[in-house]
Amino acid sequence: MNSLTNYIKSFTLWELLKGMALTGRYMFRRSITVHFPEEKTPQSYRFRGLHAQRRYPNGEERCIGCKLCEAVCPALAIKIETEERDDGTRRTTRYDIDLVKCIFCGFCEEACPVDAIVETRIYEYHGESRHELYYTKEMLLAVGDKYEAQIAKDRAADAKFR
Amino acid sequence: MEAQVLQILQFIFDQFGAWNAVWGIIQPAWPVIWTLLKIVAIVAPIMIGVAYLTLAERKILAWMQVRIGPNRVGYWGVLQPLADGVKLLFKELIVPIRANKYLFAFAPVLVLAPALAAWAVVPFENGMVLANVNAGLLFILAMTSLGVYGVIIAGWASNSKYAFLGALRSAAQMVSYELPMGFALVCVLMAAQSMNLTDIVNGQQGNAGFLNWYLIPLFPMFVIYLISGVAETNRAPFDLAEGESEIVAGFHVEYSGMGFALFFLGEYANMILIAGLTSLFFLGGWLNPFHGLGIIGAYTDMIPGMLWLLSKMVFILFLFLWFRATFPRYRYDQLMRLGWKILIPFTLLWVIVVAAWMQTPYWVWSSVQG
Repeated sequence: MNSLTNYIKSFTLWELLKGMALTGRYMFRRSITVHFPEEKTPQSYRFRGLHAQRRYPNGEERCIGCKLCEAVCPALAIKIETEERDDGTRRTTRYDIDLVKCIFCGFCEEACPVDAIVETRIYEYHGESRHELYYTKEMLLAVGDKYEAQIAKDRAADAKFR
Repeated sequence: MEAQVLQILQFIFDQFGAWNAVWGIIQPAWPVIWTLLKIVAIVAPIMIGVAYLTLAERKILAWMQVRIGPNRVGYWGVLQPLADGVKLLFKELIVPIRANKYLFAFAPVLVLAPALAAWAVVPFENGMVLANVNAGLLFILAMTSLGVYGVIIAGWASNSKYAFLGALRSAAQMVSYELPMGFALVCVLMAAQSMNLTDIVNGQQGNAGFLNWYLIPLFPMFVIYLISGVAETNRAPFDLAEGESEIVAGFHVEYSGMGFALFFLGEYANMILIAGLTSLFFLGGWLNPFHGLGIIGAYTDMIPGMLWLLSKMVFILFLFLWFRATFPRYRYDQLMRLGWKILIPFTLLWVIVVAAWMQTPYWVWSSVQG
């Protein structure tokens, strides 16, 4: 009996028709596409995008050149050189992040004791060669200066979980 | 039709008072010119149809996958086929260094040309046909079979292992599915008692609308014709020849630019052809499905027959796309099993059933003219 129903089912193309009914129903569903440049998906305040170097409100750069981020970076994308400044503090003379190597894991941000290196929400940037994606200290500080308001807001929102 | 066109031409040239001179020149060649005009009138809409079938395919596939499809080039993506065409035209034509250059260039033509040539015997309305051949059905079968040569030659001339294996696969597939297709058509020509396509459609005329179509008595043959039509045009779920996800492109891996585009023009032209033939053989061609069915029949009779044919073709083409969106690709042995062990025996059996049925009084689909 079971084999007979199977036989009838295969000759009436029953299962194929069922499949077509399914795709037919889906055709009238509302599409879930996000029209990208016009629409954007919501972002978390923990979004890990382009890196930035922050400053204190008095304009002093936060980074103290402890090299914890360099040590923790799993992709070896960070390169730091430090020197003693005239006022006796240790500061970086070189702070480079190779965004081609970076895997955007956010470890540098977590390792940083002074919240100097952070990842921002920015993801729409590009470089036409590897060279352009090699971010130096000046570039990172510029990003930080430009988006400081947003960065500070995101850190504040995340503060209670840290 | 011919007289009207001549009148219009005469009216245009009379504005310059040059009709007599012009007619003196073109009169000897007029039959040729007239036929060429008719060919253009058939081929140009098909080519536009092919272009927009690609857009329709992308749109419908997108809807069935809850996406939106192309919408950037022109409003609603209407210029997308043009953009694709221009892109392919400007792409570099790469000919493999060890390839047989003449055959390599000839193969895409051999795929596209039969798909267009078959339209010569396709009637668009009663009497509106380029060549009213008595053995039209045989001509169609011959033309659709020729496509295999294009595939084989493309695979062989590329001088590449992958192209050759792909060509072998698809040639075997196309040859296998020719048979159930042919047997399904044998049923049609038994029912119509004619091989002329106009006669086949007129044989489906009657006062019961769509109940007079061969779709009703030959329904299994309709299904089989559709299945083998899908296999014949190498469409999903029978697109083993192409198999994007496993063998990249099969017989046309080595083609680029316009050569590649010609294969796709051929594939889509074949799809339109199969859709047209299915509607002629089983869905009553240009006949009104509601003819003779009370008040609806009286009103719908006013719709020109060509529109009915077009809407039937669009329906079949939509089925093609629907299949593609629904079914996963067959495995090669399953494909061969379906062709040789199910479709062919079943069609053979059904030929006998129809033959026997036609001897009984229960066969009411004999050509009732009216």
